[in-house]
Amino acid sequence: MQHLQEFQNTTRAWLEQNCPASMRTPMVPDEIVWGGRNATFKNPDSRLWLDRMAAQGWTCPTWPREYGGGGLSREQAIILGQELARINARPALTSFGISMLGPVLLEYATPAQKMEHIPKIVRGEIRWCQGYSEPGSGSDLASLATRAELSGDNYVINGSKVWTSYADQADWIFCLVRTDFDVPKHAGISFILFDMASAGVSTKPIALISGSSPFCETFFDDVKVPKQNLVGRLNEGWSIAKRLLQHERTMISSFGLASGQSDRGGTTSVVSSLEGAAMHYRGDTVKLSDPVLRDQIAQFKIDSESFAYTSQRSVEESQQGQGPNATSSMLKNYGCELNKRRYELMLQSLGSQALGWEGAGFSAEELQITREWLRSKANSIEGGTAEVQLNVIAKRVLGLPDMLAVSKK
Amino acid sequence: MSLVLSEDQQLLQDSAKSFCLENAPVSQLRKLRDSKDATGFDRPLWQHMVQLGWAGMTVPEAYGGFEFGYGGLGVLLEETGHNLVSSPLVATVLLGATAINLLGNEAQKQALLPKIVSGDLLLALALDEHAIHAPTKISTSAVRSGSNYLLNGSKTFVVDGHVADQLIVVARTAAAGDSPAGISLLLVDAKAAGVHITRTRMVDSRNAANVEFKDVAVPADALLGTVDCAFPAFDKVLDIARIGLAAEMLGSMQAAFERTLDYLKQREQFGVLIGSFQGLQHRAAAMYSELELCKSLVRAALRALDDPEATNKHIAQLASAVKAKVADVFTLVSNEAIQMHGGIGMTDEFDIGFYIKRARVAQQFLGDAVFHRDRYATLQGF
Repeated sequence: MQHLQEFQNTTRAWLEQNCPASMRTPMVPDEIVWGGRNATFKNPDSRLWLDRMAAQGWTCPTWPREYGGGGLSREQAIILGQELARINARPALTSFGISMLGPVLLEYATPAQKMEHIPKIVRGEIRWCQGYSEPGSGSDLASLATRAELSGDNYVINGSKVWTSYADQADWIFCLVRTDFDVPKHAGISFILFDMASAGVSTKPIALISGSSPFCETFFDDVKVPKQNLVGRLNEGWSIAKRLLQHERTMISSFGLASGQSDRGGTTSVVSSLEGAAMHYRGDTVKLSDPVLRDQIAQFKIDSESFAYTSQRSVEESQQGQGPNATSSMLKNYGCELNKRRYELMLQSLGSQALGWEGAGFSAEELQITREWLRSKANSIEGGTAEVQLNVIAKRVLGLPDMLAVSKK
Repeated sequence: MSLVLSEDQQLLQDSAKSFCLENAPVSQLRKLRDSKDATGFDRPLWQHMVQLGWAGMTVPEAYGGFEFGYGGLGVLLEETGHNLVSSPLVATVLLGATAINLLGNEAQKQALLPKIVSGDLLLALALDEHAIHAPTKISTSAVRSGSNYLLNGSKTFVVDGHVADQLIVVARTAAAGDSPAGISLLLVDAKAAGVHITRTRMVDSRNAANVEFKDVAVPADALLGTVDCAFPAFDKVLDIARIGLAAEMLGSMQAAFERTLDYLKQREQFGVLIGSFQGLQHRAAAMYSELELCKSLVRAALRALDDPEATNKHIAQLASAVKAKVADVFTLVSNEAIQMHGGIGMTDEFDIGFYIKRARVAQQFLGDAVFHRDRYATLQGF
């Protein structure tokens, strides 16, 4: 306890000295730091903050020091999180390397692979993307057909991926490939890493209903990848793939968490809370005048609160066990449904002002809500659909019999 | 403080679980119902619980209790809820002891709390006067007359009213209508002249009564808390009871869900276990998720009750949040339990019916989901 108290004191002092003032304001979408070779920093403080945090290893607080991580115990990491939250510090670095790839590399990769990739993730030097879904393999991910064939010291990769988030901005990809076509589908998959600058890799952004293009189609045409880039054993990539999905689901479930008193990512305007928005657009001052909407918002807020406590409890319980487990499917699913509900209620709260597409007549924030509402519909599709999560809960948590297993025979 | 049970609480849960399994299965409630038992709970079983220290769980040591906190009582309620145990734990311990401890003066605490701990005193809260919970809508009047109050009015849904030795009566000593001002609490001897108690048989086979007061003379020193201004402290008592009741409901709905899940793994149709049907799997998975949320919220609310720094407003918000949430989820789980059991779920022979009956009574008691969402919104300022 003495030791933790001391850690808290020194951490608080360090943050006080090193976190720039502008990094203690709510995050705005175009200042999120994703890192990478071509990283741009709209706000110069973002770079300073990243460099200082990375030097401490605190972009990845619990990862081992030998790979550049913070080497903190879970108790210390919780204190760091609390101290960061206390000063409303922005995340210094957001990346799929941190939330998805890093944890599985630490678990499955060779020491040489860890030494090559982990420190660059910690420092935000390499931006990763995820090569999972394919045009013919969505929910049935294990049916993927992108092939990797050994030729000398290289694998030659051919095929295509879809829904690759930010593939057009990523430096490297972690990719699921088929290395054996003659065995049941789960048994012929391998997990491989390669540079997106390799010859034969091309990407094409996909325009979404929200008007933005965060996802790409990614094509591989005779891409040569050194065979030592395979992670884990040949044809045993599916267990790594599933493990990574658990981390991904934990990450996505955090979409359902409102930040503090705000329902919209720490903003402080009139639309920062549902009830505030609902009252504002109705001209209410004391009490929300629409009793049905009031009841629905109260229900939503109670569910949000319960969900936040559940995420907290899940963290506390996993401290006694190891890492995320099948309950990550429950959190992912519930968090996504909550986020979708939040935006439906936001639309009801703002009326026609939430329905602008562009131009005059709407504030920037109102237009952003329209787009965010549309974007939220992907929450229950990406990272495994709601239906897939419910299947996982039924099978892995509740132990219900698997009908798909019967049909596969 | 954590949202995971402490080691001590875990031990308490394990022993309470095996105690209930051994001594208080659902068949016992069935027996009480079928025999139209006059008491409505099993006295030897209650004595056994008292010997285990359950009645003194939250009572301060100075009054003979064990100071194990509401986290501890919550664990017991969850386990008795699991088996739908009918006992004075809610009316006497959760509501009664809390009211005496929070509102009582020193003499009242010394006189009453040790008797609760030793199982020699049963209490009941006479609050509601209408079919819908409305804790400030009180017209029962207590008018000062010399050294007495003269009590007139009628109460409904008085849990354990027909077995209680003393009633904690919510009465109006001033103001009118449904103002929280002017509300006072009185301890009234159940056998006092002018007190008429009629047992009501509720759908959940637990104990309740209607109580009428006709010119009941209550000594002025039986006032519990401040005259005219008892409501704020009493509201806290209600919030504590709402959270405890939510813990009991959590145990009940977990049991209803477990029984349903077991059934999905046993019952065969079309040559396969019905639990392999996606139409049922997804609904089971959705229920599981809701149950996990309820569990977290119940733990958070109980934790706040044992946190000396938690404000009354914070506790009030949590109480309304948790009571609203578990009411909705218990409704969902008990409805689905019947549906997924199919025809056998409709038979009285099968225990699952007891759970849907308890669900509705428990959700009405101390305010339903709509009442609590309205209160939550008001507390949050919208």
